[in-house]
Amino acid sequence: MGKQKSLKQEKTRKTVMSIILAIICVIYVLPIVTIIINTFKDAGAVKSNLFALPNSESFVGFENYVTGLTAGSFPFWKAVMFNVIITVLSAFLILLFCSMAAWYVARVNSIFCKIFYYLCVFSMVVPFQMVQFTLSKTADTLKLNTPWTIPVVYLGFGAGLAIFMFVGFAKSIPIEIEEAAYIDGCGPLKTYFFVVFPMLKPTLISVGILEIMWVWNDYLLPSLVLDLAKYRNIPMHIQLTTTGSYGQMNLGAMMAMIFLSIVPVIVFYLVCQKYIIKGVAAGAVKG
Amino acid sequence: MIQASTTATDAAKKPAAKKRKASFKTGHSSMTKRSMRKWAWLFIGPVFVSFIIGFLWPFGQGIYLSFCGKFSVISDAHLKGIENYVKAFSDETFFHAFWFTALFAVVSVVLINLLAFSIAYALTQGVKGSNLFRTIFFMPNLIGGIVLGYLWSMIFDGLLDLWTTQNLVDNATYGFWGLIILLLWQQAGYMMIIYIAGLQAVPDDMLEAAKIDGATKTQTLFKVIIPNIMPSITICTFLTLTNSFKLYDQNLSLTGGKPARLTEMLALNISNGYSNMATRGMAQAKAVVFFILVATLGILQLVSTRKKEVQQ
Repeated sequence: MGKQKSLKQEKTRKTVMSIILAIICVIYVLPIVTIIINTFKDAGAVKSNLFALPNSESFVGFENYVTGLTAGSFPFWKAVMFNVIITVLSAFLILLFCSMAAWYVARVNSIFCKIFYYLCVFSMVVPFQMVQFTLSKTADTLKLNTPWTIPVVYLGFGAGLAIFMFVGFAKSIPIEIEEAAYIDGCGPLKTYFFVVFPMLKPTLISVGILEIMWVWNDYLLPSLVLDLAKYRNIPMHIQLTTTGSYGQMNLGAMMAMIFLSIVPVIVFYLVCQKYIIKGVAAGAVKG
Repeated sequence: MIQASTTATDAAKKPAAKKRKASFKTGHSSMTKRSMRKWAWLFIGPVFVSFIIGFLWPFGQGIYLSFCGKFSVISDAHLKGIENYVKAFSDETFFHAFWFTALFAVVSVVLINLLAFSIAYALTQGVKGSNLFRTIFFMPNLIGGIVLGYLWSMIFDGLLDLWTTQNLVDNATYGFWGLIILLLWQQAGYMMIIYIAGLQAVPDDMLEAAKIDGATKTQTLFKVIIPNIMPSITICTFLTLTNSFKLYDQNLSLTGGKPARLTEMLALNISNGYSNMATRGMAQAKAVVFFILVATLGILQLVSTRKKEVQQ
């Protein structure tokens, strides 16, 4: 009898919890839903009441999306394109070269390697403001101020975290496997690309996700380095169009632009959710 | 019985693990190392060169410039001693930014961790749809700071329109709480994932033992669960703390420091200083101070998490 009662209590407790969680969830997605609703309203209606649903008068269909994507001397779609170029190139460079360097550091372990490793760890605690001015000048001097060359800067500044994570994993690979490859006549290059690289896959995925999210959303570095008349990434473009000094956009189109900047991130998240959450949990256990 | 057998296998594993560790230390035999060294330029070269360009050289220059007088480009800087530091420490906006950031950090650490832990706790109780909830709570974390800031500034302005004539940028108190809500929305999900991992690692037999001993849910929470997830709590506390201290994008796009630099946090305060030649040296000195502050937090984190590992 008592057990049944406690079971019933447990059940109601769970239902109450579910309801509370559902309410929090609704509050959580409300800001995004509000933005989506407003992308279909004209600018006046956005301004007068943000939370009203579009009516027959204020509904403009997909007009805001068209304006948002194409309006201005520097259209939004170009910013999206540059964002993709910068992110893909940077992630590629970081994954390839940092994993190679990390393997070398883990295996050769000379004094130089140790110093390099600790410098990398050190660079992780340095806030960007410390190098903000000098880095932008260095990048200008070396002509690293285009979307095709800025990945080099990302490789340098992002090396810390990537090397740290790769070295940790490379050390856990049993050395006997590589020794077997050597005995079979592989040089260091072949050993790395045919034996070690495939084994690094889990770390490659989690480092890749971290770096992609970082570069995709980064504002300060590209805004300092890139020439904003020629090249912009999405955060730069949003910042420039909203502050108004480069021509204010109508609010409806602004809403469409904000929503369009969120879409790729959400799609990426839903596709890679499993790895992202695993990466966060694993990273936390390590500290 | 089960426990006894696991400890036995653990004991058997230990010497093997030690042996393996020893082989890590030496790495490859000197022969293979020599053949690897021939390829050093390819393996470590690209990263090393860009690491110098992207970090080491600018970092060194930054330290140097903080001791220089006025400069517009690096080549016309001259050593001038600690003048910039004196200026930085007598700058009222810097102090205001520091206290604003510190208060912000304390409030956000407490609120984010409370919310994240409560949600994580609720989600690990076996409620229906917990996967969907988890997905939604984590989602805002991936949206970039600039986009987030504008998204929320529109929402806040729309809300404020309903009962005041003020906007978010007209009132520093609104700005402060606006930033808190934004960060809560963005980061609670991330911390929630860490707490869920911690909660799932709490041994079932401990929970069962507490149940058999007649512990209530609250007692179990405070006497069994929380002591067991202390490592997760430490990690989350430090993560939120450093995130709050380094906050820049969200601050820039939500309030931009308005009104009258009252909602400026440390990173934004320093960053704004660079745009003007007169304050550039001072900004660099502030950045060095900021770096020392953030690095101290990082070292404290490392020490406290290491300690926990030793205890276990």
